[in-house]
Amino acid sequence: MSEHKGVWVFSEKHDLALEIIGKAREIADKLQTELATVLIGFNLQPKVDELIKCGADKVYIIENQSLERFQIDSYLGILYNLAVNYKPEIILISSTRNGKPLAARLATRLQVGCAPDCAKLSIDEHGRLVGERITYGGNAAARITFKSKPQIATVPSRAFVKPQPKDRSGQVIKLDVKAEEPKTGIVDVKPLETSSVRIEDADVIISCGRGLEKKEDKTMLDELATVLCGQVGCSRPLAEDRKWFTEWVGLSGHKVKPKLYIACGISGVIQHVAGIRDAKVIVAINKDEQAPIFEVADYGIVGNLYEILPALKEALKNLLQ
Amino acid sequence: MLRRNDYLMRIIVCLKQAVDVSQLKVDQATRQLLIAGAPKKISDFDKNALEEAVRIKEKIGNAEIFTLTVTAEDARTVLREALAMGADKAYVVNDTSLKDVDTLGTAYVLSEAIKKIGEFNLILCGETSLDSFSGLVGPRLAEFLGLPQLSSVRKLSVDGDTIVAERALEDAVETVKAKMPALVMVTREINQPRIPSLMMIMKASKKEIVSLAVADLGIQKEKLDPKIEVMEVLAPKTERKKIKITGENALEIADKLAKALIQEGVVGKR
Repeated sequence: MSEHKGVWVFSEKHDLALEIIGKAREIADKLQTELATVLIGFNLQPKVDELIKCGADKVYIIENQSLERFQIDSYLGILYNLAVNYKPEIILISSTRNGKPLAARLATRLQVGCAPDCAKLSIDEHGRLVGERITYGGNAAARITFKSKPQIATVPSRAFVKPQPKDRSGQVIKLDVKAEEPKTGIVDVKPLETSSVRIEDADVIISCGRGLEKKEDKTMLDELATVLCGQVGCSRPLAEDRKWFTEWVGLSGHKVKPKLYIACGISGVIQHVAGIRDAKVIVAINKDEQAPIFEVADYGIVGNLYEILPALKEALKNLLQ
Repeated sequence: MLRRNDYLMRIIVCLKQAVDVSQLKVDQATRQLLIAGAPKKISDFDKNALEEAVRIKEKIGNAEIFTLTVTAEDARTVLREALAMGADKAYVVNDTSLKDVDTLGTAYVLSEAIKKIGEFNLILCGETSLDSFSGLVGPRLAEFLGLPQLSSVRKLSVDGDTIVAERALEDAVETVKAKMPALVMVTREINQPRIPSLMMIMKASKKEIVSLAVADLGIQKEKLDPKIEVMEVLAPKTERKKIKITGENALEIADKLAKALIQEGVVGKR
């Protein structure tokens, strides 16, 4: 086991690789080892410089036109080959819809453990990686460590901050690894409208729940969001049951960490709360004094959101002028 | 158009008996979860997988649905529900030795049980599980069986020996196809699972639940040793201010809140 050395970062998304590097650099320094990133795809050169400036000591490049789009079988085969050859002790992969199954299968092929969705990472006194993740539907946080190497963990977006680029140098290693033939074929790719900002990036989120009576009443939240340069979100029932929204905030939807989260007419079931746990300030507005949302709020208002929200909009507009 | 298969399609649905997290209690003093006393149910996502299997069967006609559950506790109540929803037979590997297995061990037992069950065309699983929410078992199972894996699937269709799936990614919707046998992991968007009628529940009582013993599966015990160590599982501390803002009317309350938020430095001009 002792022959394993080095910390690796892989993400099929460049911005997430940079975020993870922020933490991985700290871990590599603590273990006094090197930090490498693996880049798989096509036309990768523009990314290399930034990876090094943000903290990578080494960048492994596997470049091929057939690798332009993520496909699990080919990416997995490459990472497996590299991991067997170079024996890293830690591999951190982004918790994306493609990254998670990739990590799970890499861990299976290597017959090792995998800790998914670790929003916190540290090294214990034995030099083992410790990951912390939310589990049991938001009821608990679990701390997990490993009994085998490489230690593989996946990291959600926005868990760590992209480091400031510094003037530093690193080694670039181009490799020619034969990619496996994918077992699935991509027929079509439709990009989702990127015009709307990702809710994960919002500093202020005004969210509504079942307390919102009609879909049209959403404009009330939109107006407040405009004043606060924020975004509007919702809890799961408004998206899944009422279909007023396509996405929601919560454990099974978007996990957010804004500076301010205003929950309007949201009861605060544990799965929703798990998605907003990292917000700096939480405000709850609810008619029901017993609503569990008040237990996790910094400021609670027992009242009618139809009266409070317009008044709050006016108050903020005046005070922020 | 109804398109009938010219072969009997066998679908295996992996079902986890999960802790019903909405009914889970926490000991506030120790922050420990009271898991032993919590009710169990079919993991929501797996229910979507089962529903999808039933819909495929309804569409193509010539299909049979087996469910497979790996558990360290009795799961018969949960499996009866699966049979009532439309599964034809339920397989269960229930062994106390599986109490501490991790996702690698679970996927290994599933893969060996599937080899024992025999031929199949499609394996359906939930994208993740309701309680542990790790999403690792599906991909690990695909790896053990060397199958094409299609995850995050929100729409699925079967055409002869090919499946076509719509995958919901963060920034795109990807349509992917694969030849069966294959493994598909579904999201909760894919369908709305049915609630079995009394008639279906009655019919289910005559369906078979087949128990497979770990000893019969040729499992290498050392392969069940967990590769991860769970150091602690604790309810998170809530360190919120819990300040109630009250006032004569909405205007006064809103004014107090607005001033508090400015004080916190969380609102302001850009």
